[in-house]
Amino acid sequence: MTTRRLFLKSSGLAIFGVGAAPMWLARAADAPSARKKVLVAVFQRGAVDGLNVVVPFGEKNYYTLRPTIAIPAPKAGEESAIDLDGFFGLHPALAPLKPIYDAHKLAIVHAVGSPDPTRSHFDAQDYMESGTPGRKATTDGWLNRALPPSPGIRKSPVRAVSLGPSLARALRGQNEAVAINNLDEFKVSDADGASTFERMYASTLDKMLSGTGRETFDAAKLMQSIQAQTYTPADGAKYPGGRLGQSLMQIARLIKADVGLEVAFADVGGWDTHVNEVGQTPGVGQLANLLGNFGQALAAFYQDLGDRMEDVAVVTMSEFGRTARENGNRGTDHGHANVMFAFGGGIRGGKVYGDWPGLAPEQLYQNRDLALTTDFRDVLGELVAKHLGNRQLTGVFPEYTQPKFRGLIGV
Amino acid sequence: MRKLLAVSAVFLCLGASSPKLSKDEQIIHALNRLTFGPRPGDIEAVRRMGVKKWIDFQLHPERIAENPALAQKLAPLESLRLSQADTERTYPNPQMIRAIAAGRQPMPEDPVTRAAVERVIQRFKIKKDAADNRPLEPAVALNQLLTREQIRGLRTGTVEQKRAVIAAIPESQMDDVAIALPPGLRLQLLTAVEPALRRKLMLLTAPQQLVAFDLSEGKLYRAILSNRQLEEHMVDFWYNHFSVFLDKGADRYLVPTYEREAIRPHVLGKFRNLLGATAKSPAMLFFLDNWESVGPGTAQRRGNAKRPVRGLNENYARELMELHTLGVDGGYTQKDVTEVARCFTGWTIRLPRQGGDFFYNDRVHDKGEKTVLGVKIAAGGGQDDAEKVLDILARHPSTARFISKKLAQRFVADDPPQRLIDKMAKTFRDKNGDIREVMKAMLTSDEFFSQTAYRAKVKTPFEMIVSAVRATGAQVDFAFPLARQIANLGEPLYRKLEPTGYSDANSEWVNSAALLARMNFALALAQNKVPGSKLDASLFNGSPEEVARQVLFTDAQPETLAAIDKQVKSAKAPLVGLLLGSPDFQRR
Repeated sequence: MTTRRLFLKSSGLAIFGVGAAPMWLARAADAPSARKKVLVAVFQRGAVDGLNVVVPFGEKNYYTLRPTIAIPAPKAGEESAIDLDGFFGLHPALAPLKPIYDAHKLAIVHAVGSPDPTRSHFDAQDYMESGTPGRKATTDGWLNRALPPSPGIRKSPVRAVSLGPSLARALRGQNEAVAINNLDEFKVSDADGASTFERMYASTLDKMLSGTGRETFDAAKLMQSIQAQTYTPADGAKYPGGRLGQSLMQIARLIKADVGLEVAFADVGGWDTHVNEVGQTPGVGQLANLLGNFGQALAAFYQDLGDRMEDVAVVTMSEFGRTARENGNRGTDHGHANVMFAFGGGIRGGKVYGDWPGLAPEQLYQNRDLALTTDFRDVLGELVAKHLGNRQLTGVFPEYTQPKFRGLIGV
Repeated sequence: MRKLLAVSAVFLCLGASSPKLSKDEQIIHALNRLTFGPRPGDIEAVRRMGVKKWIDFQLHPERIAENPALAQKLAPLESLRLSQADTERTYPNPQMIRAIAAGRQPMPEDPVTRAAVERVIQRFKIKKDAADNRPLEPAVALNQLLTREQIRGLRTGTVEQKRAVIAAIPESQMDDVAIALPPGLRLQLLTAVEPALRRKLMLLTAPQQLVAFDLSEGKLYRAILSNRQLEEHMVDFWYNHFSVFLDKGADRYLVPTYEREAIRPHVLGKFRNLLGATAKSPAMLFFLDNWESVGPGTAQRRGNAKRPVRGLNENYARELMELHTLGVDGGYTQKDVTEVARCFTGWTIRLPRQGGDFFYNDRVHDKGEKTVLGVKIAAGGGQDDAEKVLDILARHPSTARFISKKLAQRFVADDPPQRLIDKMAKTFRDKNGDIREVMKAMLTSDEFFSQTAYRAKVKTPFEMIVSAVRATGAQVDFAFPLARQIANLGEPLYRKLEPTGYSDANSEWVNSAALLARMNFALALAQNKVPGSKLDASLFNGSPEEVARQVLFTDAQPETLAAIDKQVKSAKAPLVGLLLGSPDFQRR
């Protein structure tokens, strides 16, 4: 595999010669029609409590199971759920997402998740990122495998980007993927050093290092043009502080710079709310704070990208849901099925997708958790196939050959 | 030498069998593969002793006098020597702290540990009750302990000024000062203070993280300073082979004991002993879930009715065969996985979240007959069932091949010659899995000393950074910032999430972000911008050719030297930094 990759890289070098602009760069600059579709995956680490995120207020059992931490049904004041369809409502802290839902751009899938029964954060995150529940030895991630094959064309060095200090599990694999903590720091710390290193790596007989060296300096130069401008989000969009807002802002910067981004990954932690998930009133407390930041970050991204959002789809996920019953500490423990959001692109929003399994005791999974009716790969698979245009899903989810699309995207 | 490099490049491309290395090449090749990079003087020392004899010494670490400087560096890293239970008591995690807060565990006696615990309890209480958000008041406020000038010196002074302020504080007041420091300032001071005080400051900030600090620091000091370099390489190799992810729950406390007692004593011993030690280790039992695996129908619902009834867990059984012994194509079936899992039922941990030890629980063992890889294991074998499985696996020819190939990939080349693997596998079988003998067969082979193998490996991030420190003779007083750099380059120590461990393939380590990180580390080390490490820049004032020889211990490629503009002398890109970041330095 390595050999084939190296061959492609070196043949690219041979065609364009030292100093010539690589083809993908020329394309990106000259042909706006070659604008890539972009898929952004957001991981909520720690297992978010889906039942308090998208609240099944139409179901009485929800209130029986959660006597002190339930979100009240709509129209019970500011701290009640925001009605979506007469049965489900958004947590009040997610108000910034409601206009996107109303514009039919935000789709919600409920009772979705990984079929693997594990309640270990470690294992469940691993499975969701590898895209192979129950199989630990998978070395690459689904988002890396999701990249559409494009043989023969030199690919952008920032085609796949993971925001954060190390490459996310979901993005590891055969395709070149870059971890970027901060766009402004993606460079050799010193300009003289940079030019010397570039000459060294361009001229070395060491094929492997010269190939990657070229990619590295290509990417660094791209970043330089981005770094040169201070970034002002469009349309007055305000990204909140914290990891997710900053990550999404950098992704927006990359998308708008037209540097060939195709897939991006961002994550945000803190969702493991065993204790005091909900504060004195339903609209405050740990979960409300986290969701407030989460909603603002996603909404800012949507606003910032404006029309460009047509090319972009964002999908959110978390390793598993939480117990349907509240525990003795005004919190919830590790559960099973959860909720996912998808917005942007051609997504048919304004709807809560998925079969609702119900919350009656006999309807719960193992008598404790929301049961699963949609496999997370059905959602991701549909986005990969219809949005990214990679219809070879057996390569993306090798052990899941019959995904059931929910119709999130027309086509 | 330049000619030879060109010749070796041709052979690398063709993958043809190749002539032997010259004497000088043999020396640098052996040093590059058996150590974490040569130090000044190493080439001469190996030449004096003779390569063969030197390799034999490295294969017998017990015969090599250890570097006294290493013992000094390891002395403060207390958690590396503690038992599992003591580690947890000394560096309490949030659960333990909650237990102390609830009165179920005694308050620690050591004043600093106690202050650390009290702080976390206070923080926990603040979270619990939003109304109670009073900031924590230290017993004695900082401005009662230090003058305004002293506090300013700590906040904004140079490293030397900070050290002077600290030095002027009477010993009897030091604990109070450490406790009174605001968290941000405490972190800032870490690199300026002596190890003992540094530990106090870290303990007060995040007690449970000290264990991870100690592990990384210990690993780095050993790799940089130990005279028993091959032994350290083997510890790295086998830990990675039997990889355990440090941040999975209880493993935060179990890993130091795991490395010290299950891995280290066996790295050049019998494979069966190493396999057995890892199989029984609480760290592995927890990581791959075997501690929760019970025979069908043996689990009883106890107390907590919300907990689902447990059953057979196949994780360990599968990885044991796929990753630890036979290899994925080693000839086992799903049926074998289930049968092995049945044999291992009852191998569990006593109180896993409190640093418990191995414990065989006969009550949950599947007592029926099993068949593993065609071998019948009679009913009623109890704890011995799993021992029999380990015997079968350790003796299996697939294991001999799989382990031999993996060793050759680490020490010889990504795609080692089949002849070499066969020779090693035969030794493995003939010598009953004696790792030292297998290593000897490899390290004395023609394939090891071939042009094909010469410089064929890209350094892992750990190797790159340690070799840079060793080559430049940089003094390391605080190794943790180096561990951060290694993580930046893509290899967070003890934190490989997947049980596969890190790959030894060159392609794993060569990507854009990692390459940039390597260049930036090289420049930072050369400018003394890596906190805690210091090199003597005046040693590297020669010509590019001379400095290249100092850090590469051979001539640089002509292309590398040609890329260096002799007219430009940049303080931010000193020669030694450029050469540490060069393509030449990335290979070993």
